[in-house]
Amino acid sequence: MLTKKIKTRLLFLTSIALVSLLFLVFIYFNLKQNILYFKTPSEIFSNNEVENSNMIRVGGMVKKNSIQQNNKEIQFILTDYKKELIVVYNGAVPNLFSEERGAVVEGKLNDKKYLIADRILAKHDENYMPPQMKKILKENVK
Amino acid sequence: MEFFSFGNIIFYIDKFIKFINSIFFVVLIIGLSFALIISPIDYLQGDTVRIMYVHVPAAWIGLLVFSVIAISTILNFVFKIKNLFLIIKSLAPIGLLFTCLSIVTGSLWGKPTWGTWWAWDARLTSMLVLMLFYIFFILSLKYFKNEENLPKILSALSILGMINIPIIKYSVEWWSTLHQPASIKFLGTSSIHSSMLIPLLLMLLVLLLYCALIFLMKYKTEIIKIKKQNIKRL
Repeated sequence: MLTKKIKTRLLFLTSIALVSLLFLVFIYFNLKQNILYFKTPSEIFSNNEVENSNMIRVGGMVKKNSIQQNNKEIQFILTDYKKELIVVYNGAVPNLFSEERGAVVEGKLNDKKYLIADRILAKHDENYMPPQMKKILKENVK
Repeated sequence: MEFFSFGNIIFYIDKFIKFINSIFFVVLIIGLSFALIISPIDYLQGDTVRIMYVHVPAAWIGLLVFSVIAISTILNFVFKIKNLFLIIKSLAPIGLLFTCLSIVTGSLWGKPTWGTWWAWDARLTSMLVLMLFYIFFILSLKYFKNEENLPKILSALSILGMINIPIIKYSVEWWSTLHQPASIKFLGTSSIHSSMLIPLLLMLLVLLLYCALIFLMKYKTEIIKIKKQNIKRL
């Protein structure tokens, strides 16, 4: 079955696979930080390098009862249940943005606890269900 | 080898096309009415969730077709099975179509839910890479006529592309992404309600039937092209 020709071809394929894998591993270790779309508030807190005026993305949950809104800007607390970050934003938020839901904010850090956002993205989870189901679930929790 | 004679294979392909044609519109109507009318709205997203019924099956088919193409290319390269080459040629545009479809519908879905058309997160970027692989694949099929080099180039592309497939699948688990994790799991319970899962699977069936139809038509054309070059058997 495995003639010499086929063996050479298989060798060719394995060499390509190995080279490309090596290449990808190399790229991966170079880009490790950039692959992550956002950082968590805890990572911001523990990392000393981020405190400059670069654009940064932070993701977490919007803390309950933390949204304060006036006609100019919106302020809320982004949390990962360990560390918290105050976010100030000037503009319209996406439809799915609300308390106790995930959000990703993009902007500049003032200090480690205060971020001025240029853009807010809502992050939604993998649960899909009809509204009646949600009601039943809520009642069960109570 | 009698089965693979020219007349025979065309006969069976025609039969298959007729069969799919006869059930396709029934399944399409059932699938669409489930997806657009019968299925409930989502508790959070409302009617926007209906984009899922095209987006998710299209993405699955994009991944599936690439895996089939990549494996066939490698088998074709190693064992020189001519028939596989025709299959690759007919499947590649279908895969590209569905990958583009999932990217476009995902973008349309992203704007009302996330608040952006596009984000350079791991899932979206790796899907874009898949689309680029499809494009390279089809371009090399078109422009490299050289019998010696074409299988080598194609198998190199498919090996690289195959590495990308698990990256797409697990990108939402390995890294922090804007895209949510998978709702449907092979093992364990899915986090999608059954009244939404059924339309999703029906739409998957519809799109798969459509794929099969287009594939068979294209495959038939390719076989006839070969026949015109006076080759008796595949």
